[in-house]
Amino acid sequence: MGTELAKAVVDGVLTGGVYALMAAGLTLIFGVMDIINIAQGVMVVLGAYLSYTLQVHFGIEPFVGLLITIPVMFLLGVGIEWGFIRRLEPRDRTALSILVTFAVAIVIEGVLTQFYNADLRSVDGWYVQKSVHVFGFYLPYIYLFGFALAVVALSALYLFLYRTRTGHSIRASMQNRDGAQLVGIDIDRVSAITFGIGAAATAAGGMVYGATNTFNPDSGYDLISRLLVIVVLGGLGSVGGALVAAIIALVIEDVTAVLWSPVWASTMFFAVLVLVLLVRPNGLFGQKAVRAQ
Amino acid sequence: MTALLEVRGAVKNFGGVQALAECSFAVEKGAVIGLIGPNGSGKTTMFNVITGYERADAGTVTFDGRDITNAPAHRIGSLGVGRTFQLTRVFGRLTVAENLQVGRAGVPRARHQELYSDARCAELLGFVGLARLADVPAGTLSYGQRKLLELATVLAQDPRIVLLDEPAGGINPTLIGQMAERIGELNQSGVTFLVVEHNMEFVMDLCDAVWVMERGAVIAHGTPEQVRADPRVLDAYLGGALDDDEDDDGEGADGRGDGKGGGVGGVDGVDREARR
Amino acid sequence: MTAESVETGEAVDSAPAAPVAAVDPLAAPVFRRSGAAVVVAALVAAIGFPFVFNNPATTSIAIFTLLYVGAASAWNMFSGYTGYMALGNAVFYGSGAYFIANITTHLNLRGGVGIFAWVPVAGLFAGLVAIPVGWLSLRTRKHTFVVITIAIFFIFQLLAYNLQSVTDGSAGMQLPLPPWTAAAYNDYFYAAALVVAVFAIVLSWAVRRSHFGLQLLAIRDDEDRARGLGVRTSRAKLLVFAMTGAVTGMCGAVYAYYLGSVYPPFAFEAIFDLTIALMAFIGGLGTVSGPVIGALLLEPLQQYLTVQLTDAGLSLILFGALFLIVIGFLPQGIVPSLARLARRLLLRRAERGAKR
Repeated sequence: MGTELAKAVVDGVLTGGVYALMAAGLTLIFGVMDIINIAQGVMVVLGAYLSYTLQVHFGIEPFVGLLITIPVMFLLGVGIEWGFIRRLEPRDRTALSILVTFAVAIVIEGVLTQFYNADLRSVDGWYVQKSVHVFGFYLPYIYLFGFALAVVALSALYLFLYRTRTGHSIRASMQNRDGAQLVGIDIDRVSAITFGIGAAATAAGGMVYGATNTFNPDSGYDLISRLLVIVVLGGLGSVGGALVAAIIALVIEDVTAVLWSPVWASTMFFAVLVLVLLVRPNGLFGQKAVRAQ
Repeated sequence: MTALLEVRGAVKNFGGVQALAECSFAVEKGAVIGLIGPNGSGKTTMFNVITGYERADAGTVTFDGRDITNAPAHRIGSLGVGRTFQLTRVFGRLTVAENLQVGRAGVPRARHQELYSDARCAELLGFVGLARLADVPAGTLSYGQRKLLELATVLAQDPRIVLLDEPAGGINPTLIGQMAERIGELNQSGVTFLVVEHNMEFVMDLCDAVWVMERGAVIAHGTPEQVRADPRVLDAYLGGALDDDEDDDGEGADGRGDGKGGGVGGVDGVDREARR
Repeated sequence: MTAESVETGEAVDSAPAAPVAAVDPLAAPVFRRSGAAVVVAALVAAIGFPFVFNNPATTSIAIFTLLYVGAASAWNMFSGYTGYMALGNAVFYGSGAYFIANITTHLNLRGGVGIFAWVPVAGLFAGLVAIPVGWLSLRTRKHTFVVITIAIFFIFQLLAYNLQSVTDGSAGMQLPLPPWTAAAYNDYFYAAALVVAVFAIVLSWAVRRSHFGLQLLAIRDDEDRARGLGVRTSRAKLLVFAMTGAVTGMCGAVYAYYLGSVYPPFAFEAIFDLTIALMAFIGGLGTVSGPVIGALLLEPLQQYLTVQLTDAGLSLILFGALFLIVIGFLPQGIVPSLARLARRLLLRRAERGAKR
């Protein structure tokens, strides 16, 4: 029982890191643009398919393939923002964004269903098959590599946000969208880049997701529901909150599977959100919790 | 004269900023009281605390002898406290007449027929000059018209005191005059007023007494003439004017205003609107 | 005060404000009367429909369409009026479905018209479910609200799979088979669906016209100010949320009985919520007729696409693309856009008439 529990916790932390990366993109998009990108889930699946295709059809190693999938997804994100999000009216913007990105998600899912069918696939690699023996249990290398990737990516994101001019503009826009425009920040450019970053995160997260799960075009629903839970749990707009929330939620889910039953583990994942919101209606680190009248 | 509204030692902090620093003042029943001060002195925060839109960290607010500190906004409203906003708020997608009707919820059922009858609503709209626009969506009204609609909506609830946040802001001199007349008429019929304003002429003409705030606390109090001559007040404004372009009341060294409008609520207001 | 603009002293009529500043031409008595005539005509058409088009494939589409009319109207009654986007109404649809499945199983009922009597009860059950769900969800701000409705939806779907004692999990539950002929089968369900749809529309309309509806719309425009003016916003939102849940539950109950079986992924279907939101949106959010028009347009289209296009992917692409196009060109939705167009044309005609 002890080792099982330890494995559950370690699994939770490592997987949590990867989810945190994908959720970070989502929460960043909300923080800067006030929109909720429902397509984030299916974009992860798209990233998984891209890595899969590069591997199976072009023989490219998935981690190397990231050099291709990340820029591609970034550009896709910019394209989506420019094409659909930018022209949303300011009034009811958030509500509209939900429907619009949901529609985009459906289109992406449709495209994926056309090109690939409903067969379950996964990304492969030596690190998926081989495990490292630690603390008395076996841990597939991919979990460690995936977590490392998430750490690297999130650190890069942090540096970008806090050490570059563009990053500074992004953070300013998160604080005060109109105020940022008043001081000359090109909010369109900032929005496009932010959305692109969110998409790039799905490329990286997608590769790891594809290597640790089997997936098909339908997998997007479950994913987006989890990402949304993590983002709200952490507090909409808080990247750090998303990281904490992802790890907590995943650990609780994995521990529940061991202590109670795997059947109830997923339910517990969602229940955690409900329980937290009972006490803290704005999430653990809810930013923008107080809007002026 | 008894105090209808009394604030004692109100404290409000926003993160590191102290918006209200033990602010105390009183409003006598039946008076028109002015609340002035440079931008950032905490006047709107004070309104928000009084009306329940913000929680006070310390201090008390008493209305007609009843403690309303941190009471829910709708409860305060139904006790007879009405208030308008610095950046005028109306229900844009509802018609002018419907805007008036929203307040019905804040009034006891027994008075619904009396206060919200077709006749009285028509009378109110006529009073503010919007009778012809009764079926027009409020969102299409001009800024001045919205101000009047906002006032009418508040008046519909038959409040005992009305807190006006910059009623003269952003409208032309003719309308300012009309606004002042309306307030005067209402005051004659027994409504008490607490008015935040930057337009000094407006304040001087209309108010029985004036309280001056600076940096979250009261620094002076008296009749308009007394306040105008008070060196502490001049100091507060002139010091503020150097930091703040929006304070364009044309305050000369002798403190006499020249009646120019007070702008659209100043940088304060833009910021706050932006954060919504 | 004379008819002068309070702003500039000019006459209001010549002020270059939006044309709507004059009297709304659509509010004229001729339109109000014809509006009533349209409603009566539509009702007659709806009742007569299955007699004219008695091909079971067609009536089947009609039944689904009517259920969506009901569900979309219900969704709009909450989300359209208050502005809180709820994406978890499938919870109530499925609750109604599972309730009627359970009741018929446990009471050992036989198929027949009598089962329809349980549909309102199922609605009541769904409405009761909506109360704690709504109470929890509405504690949050608008943005968080959407997500928590989605999370609660997934919880319910998972519960449907896992609470085997109540739902029989993925094995699903069966409802009794009615003793009607194949020819008459659809007619009974058409009638039931029509009753539910009409009820949903009437309720929607009644709320819209009432002072309660005004409060909801005020909440949508400026909730804080509404609260300040005395509107009991929490109570109002919860009440309309429960009403929405109840109506949606009734739709789910009829659906379950019609299909004869209930399974977790169909009772709690992820795409259900987008579909009804889309219908309300396309038709016109916040209007009474909007969701109806949206459902009448979208559901037959969706059914047609699923049958014609064996490519599941293609139908998804078209569905999503359709919505993006409509949102791009008619962000207000069909009904308000048509109304605006009509108003403009009528005003232009009136002006031309006046000039002569």
